[in-house]
Amino acid sequence: MQITLNGDRFELEEPMSVTALLARLEIDPRRVAVEHNLNIIKRHRFAEVVVGDGDTVEIVNFVGGG
Amino acid sequence: MTDTPFVIAGRTFTSRLIVGTGKYSSHAVMTQAHEASGADMVTVAVRRVNISDRTRESLLDYIDTSRMFILPNTAGCYTADEAIRTARLGREAGLSEWVKLEVIGDERTLFPDNEALIEATRVLVKEGFIVLPYTNDDPIACRKLEDAGAAAVMPLGAPIGSGLGIQNVNNIRIIREFLRVPLIVDAGVGTASDAALAMELGADAVLMNTAIAGAEDPVAMADAMRHAVIAGRLAYRAGRIPRKMYASASSPVEGMVGR
Repeated sequence: MQITLNGDRFELEEPMSVTALLARLEIDPRRVAVEHNLNIIKRHRFAEVVVGDGDTVEIVNFVGGG
Repeated sequence: MTDTPFVIAGRTFTSRLIVGTGKYSSHAVMTQAHEASGADMVTVAVRRVNISDRTRESLLDYIDTSRMFILPNTAGCYTADEAIRTARLGREAGLSEWVKLEVIGDERTLFPDNEALIEATRVLVKEGFIVLPYTNDDPIACRKLEDAGAAAVMPLGAPIGSGLGIQNVNNIRIIREFLRVPLIVDAGVGTASDAALAMELGADAVLMNTAIAGAEDPVAMADAMRHAVIAGRLAYRAGRIPRKMYASASSPVEGMVGR
């Protein structure tokens, strides 16, 4: 299955939770915000929200800025 | 002379200098500059995580978040919707309701789109955000932002990153009179005297990034800015002398030898 991850196509074997997706990407969940199909996912819901085929996911963090 | 504390939305800051985290040659230099600046609030941007390269260090590893308050911005947003979306993401990433709200209207000048900015301010305030909008040095726009619920209003001194200093001194003075919420001069500072001038005009604080990060010695410039903001604030509170056309002698005119 395929998702759109930060604007790019991304292959996943099967649907998985946001927690599992972040682990797979080696991203510390405490440092990011996640948007799933344009809905912001609260951190305490990362384990229950499932990313499926065709979904759009945005993962953002803080970078240098003024 | 004891100063009144610098308070935004009930939160007290020890420093009246707010600094950015962009454009530094390295994270280590940034950390040193932050220390030298004495600031206890820093701005950050909200951007997509680089998925293909996970080796990059996290900015937050270089910010002492026990001492520094993190203010996420919506830099690079050109519509109210974009800025609102970014603000919401920033809130989740940082777990605070505060946002430096930017809605840019033009790529070359990075001047704000005031209409969209006021609209976005209204929406975010309703959602419980503490909104600090970056705006033009336009007193009417500043007043409208305060009416829309902004916790502080942040007019530019000059275009972002230009280093031109305060271009419209009189407007900043008028904005000072118009506002009840804190006035923060944001953008345009080039060197220490610009920061001091902003404070002398009555700004409650100054926000800058490039002036420090882009200096030949960012750590020394951060130190200079710290002093400038303190000096400018003291001078504002001390009450300057009126400007006069002609001289007025400092030494007594009586008792001159041989007269």
